[in-house]
Amino acid sequence: MIELITHNTLYSALIALGGLAAVFGAVLGFAAIKFKVEGDPLVDQIDELLPQTQCGQCGYPGCRPYAQAIVDGDAINKCPPGGQTTINSLANLLDVDAPSLDEEHGEESEVKKVAYIREDECIGCTKCIQACPVDAILGAAKQMHTVIASECTGCDLCVEPCPVDCIDMLPLAQEIKDWSWELPQSLPLIATDRTHAADDAEEENAA
Amino acid sequence: MRQIWDIPGGIHPPENKTQSTGDAIANIPLPAEIVLPLNQHIGAPAIPCVAVGDKVLKGQVVAEAQGLVSAPIHASTSGTISAIEQRFIPHPSGMMSDCIVITPDGEDQWTTLHPVPDYKALDHAELVALIRQAGIAGMGGAGFPTAVKLNPRADRKVHTLILNGTECEPYITADDMLMRERADEVVAGTLLLAHILGTPETILIGIEDNKPEAIAAMQAAVDKHAQQSRGIAIDVVSFPTKYPSGGEKQLIQILTGKEVPSGQIPATIGIVVQNVGTAVATYRAVTFGEPLVSRITTVVGETLKQQRNIEVLIGTPVDHVLTLHGYQAEKKSRLIIGGPMMGFTVEHTNIPVVKTTNCILVPSNEEIPPTQPAQACIRCGMCAEACPANLLPQQLFWYSQAEDTEKLEQHNLFDCIECGACSYVCPSNIPLVQYYRASKGTIRQQELAKKQSDRARQRFEFRQERIAKAEAEKEAKRLARKKAAEEAKKKLAAQAGNEPEKNAATSSAAGSTTPVPKTPEQASTGATDTNQLPKLERALSSAKSREERAQQQLAEAKANGEDARIEPLSARLKQAELKVKEAEEKLKAYQQGENLPSSAVPEKLQQKLSLSPRQKAEKNIETLQKRIATAEEKLAEAEQANASTTDALRQGVEKLNQKLAEAQRELEATAEDGITAEKGAAAVDAPTMSAAEIAIAKAQAKAAAQASMSDDEKNQAQIASLQKRLDKARERLAKAEAENNDNIDAFRIGVEKLEAKLAEAQQPQTTP
Repeated sequence: MIELITHNTLYSALIALGGLAAVFGAVLGFAAIKFKVEGDPLVDQIDELLPQTQCGQCGYPGCRPYAQAIVDGDAINKCPPGGQTTINSLANLLDVDAPSLDEEHGEESEVKKVAYIREDECIGCTKCIQACPVDAILGAAKQMHTVIASECTGCDLCVEPCPVDCIDMLPLAQEIKDWSWELPQSLPLIATDRTHAADDAEEENAA
Repeated sequence: MRQIWDIPGGIHPPENKTQSTGDAIANIPLPAEIVLPLNQHIGAPAIPCVAVGDKVLKGQVVAEAQGLVSAPIHASTSGTISAIEQRFIPHPSGMMSDCIVITPDGEDQWTTLHPVPDYKALDHAELVALIRQAGIAGMGGAGFPTAVKLNPRADRKVHTLILNGTECEPYITADDMLMRERADEVVAGTLLLAHILGTPETILIGIEDNKPEAIAAMQAAVDKHAQQSRGIAIDVVSFPTKYPSGGEKQLIQILTGKEVPSGQIPATIGIVVQNVGTAVATYRAVTFGEPLVSRITTVVGETLKQQRNIEVLIGTPVDHVLTLHGYQAEKKSRLIIGGPMMGFTVEHTNIPVVKTTNCILVPSNEEIPPTQPAQACIRCGMCAEACPANLLPQQLFWYSQAEDTEKLEQHNLFDCIECGACSYVCPSNIPLVQYYRASKGTIRQQELAKKQSDRARQRFEFRQERIAKAEAEKEAKRLARKKAAEEAKKKLAAQAGNEPEKNAATSSAAGSTTPVPKTPEQASTGATDTNQLPKLERALSSAKSREERAQQQLAEAKANGEDARIEPLSARLKQAELKVKEAEEKLKAYQQGENLPSSAVPEKLQQKLSLSPRQKAEKNIETLQKRIATAEEKLAEAEQANASTTDALRQGVEKLNQKLAEAQRELEATAEDGITAEKGAAAVDAPTMSAAEIAIAKAQAKAAAQASMSDDEKNQAQIASLQKRLDKARERLAKAEAENNDNIDAFRIGVEKLEAKLAEAQQPQTTP
């Protein structure tokens, strides 16, 4: 038997490869059980990148469900609050081309908005409290409600249920502490650009 | 001579320091109003503690510190609070912020001060509290609250105190003039700071060698102090001029050769650096009880007729200062708060001087021309050579343009001190520092947004969890209610006892024995019988469950020792057992009974299909008669038992009778077709027929005879039979009347009908 194997290269190769396959299979099988990852880590990673406004504009009830949907193959451009930045980072994570925002789900707003309840008009129906995905509205039945501005994600969801339309979405006033320098807007010129620019200016003046 | 070290990079811009050092530090007249921004320091803004209209004295607190890293604000002159409102403040954003506005009364009257001539009598905490109360924030430009800096963590022993008199930035000479004129106060302040910090082994005063007068003055003051021999050695160290050696970390490196680790503060390596101006302010705050209400500021620039240093009250509007110095607005290129390297341009002159304003620079266009448009980076590397923090400015520039925050952080963007040396040396005029500042801001905002989104996620998830929990609780309650309701129902049923049970059983039995089939075929196929099986099974299972429950209850009662309950319960159990047995028997009987007909059904159907109409009719009559017989039996039984079902049974019998009559008529109709051959067949079958069948056969024979009769004969025969039936019916009626039976009416109708028929039959006889 051993002679047969040693004399026949084909058999020895087959046995060697088969043996290796068996060993690696066992190791991999063991690793698959031992180092099994519970849940889908990709969902967490995507959820991490989403803005957590929980606004549901993507069509899913919250950011995590959308993260799950992306893992299941949904488009990554359905998040208006996150805007292009989020789309880009998602594209980066998933290694796909970054599409532009799907306008169907809403437009990216320039400024962060928070809900504001006109407290004189509030009738205390608690409808907005039930709608708020992050429990940022305070109040009780037949008592005036108010928005905890620092917790408000600006998701808009409380505006619709209000029977007396006393909720406004107001842009968050920029304060000095939130201010930061802006990137210089002027693109660096090269020498030829400058002469062209000068020519253009002259032409315009002539015209 | 103490050893000094060098820092990497650095530049040598034109110093421009001589313009403002010609005159001594001056005082200026009071302005028309004093504007005190609530946030002149790093940290939380102060909270106003005065109201509009209040009279305040110089040095009185108008806004309290909020939180640990904060500083209070004092009225810098006596007067009236005229407003607390948004005003423009010296800030690169050019935005407005909350300010307390004081209209001075011109008296400049101090509030009651609490001087402490011998600070050594106070302990560390008291001194730090005094300094905090005095509202002192770093006077060098950053404005970090001094009290916080003087209160390092207990595990960090401060071994070196450095007084920063470097003032490396061009144009600014405030510290230079301070050291020249008030060297004694600087030394006194240094000793106080040293005392607060637990007397570090090394106390250094670092001054660049472009300030020989200041160095000389300081040396003299230190020598004087040494002569008084207080036992604390202070070293005045001068070192070569180079921008930005006045940066805290750079100065530490120059004087001690140590580097502050990235992202750490100097206290981690046992060093505290204070500006000389801060030292003086601290000294005055403790020794004379004077809070920080004024500072020395350099007012400089070619657009001014007079360039000098002034001691100016905090909150003095910049335009007031500029007007007093012969400001020519038309020559101005811009207004810079701070120096040309690290200062920022502001649009408005209606901003106040604050605690950190060390210079007001209003250069002409020739002096500091407007920035040239940026050109492409040629990767010359000069910025990297100039960087005092050993960073790679051009790499940072690329990543900043690409907004690659990850790479920026990898390249230690946050170690950039924003000194502007890289921008200064850039041959392409790229505003590098602006890129870094913008990127730092973006990263900070992103971090903040991340924190907020994490919080939002947490709140969202918590809410989901809470809702799910509430839902589950509701569901559990609902189920519990449902179960309780079911049990109550069962209990009620069980308590109602056997009576309704029996009724149900008998009624179901009656239902099975007196079916009301729609057609005779259906009845014969046993379609109704198949419904019977599940019913019986259900009855059995319910009986079983009742038995079980009874057992349980009994066991419980026994366990609890409720003797009173045991007897009725055991009785109930016995009853239940009996019921189960009964139900089982019924089911068994049914199953046995069903097995036969179910298998016989196709056969029966076959037979039926092969039957002639006449045979069919005969069969029909046969089954009907059978059913009538059983129904009548039942009726009799029911009457005997006086059960409530008697009426139903009786009606069933009647219906069957009607059906039978119909069937007989049908048979007559088929017989009229005149198939005589069948007569024989029927006769042959006769011996095997039952009594009813014989009767039918008789009827058939009669019908056959009728068929062979003439019309007259037929009629007569019919009349005869009708009269017979009528007689019978009348007899029945009479009997019923005698018994006072419920069905008299039915009988009577029957009699009437027969009479009508008889009349009809007799009519045609007379007409032809």
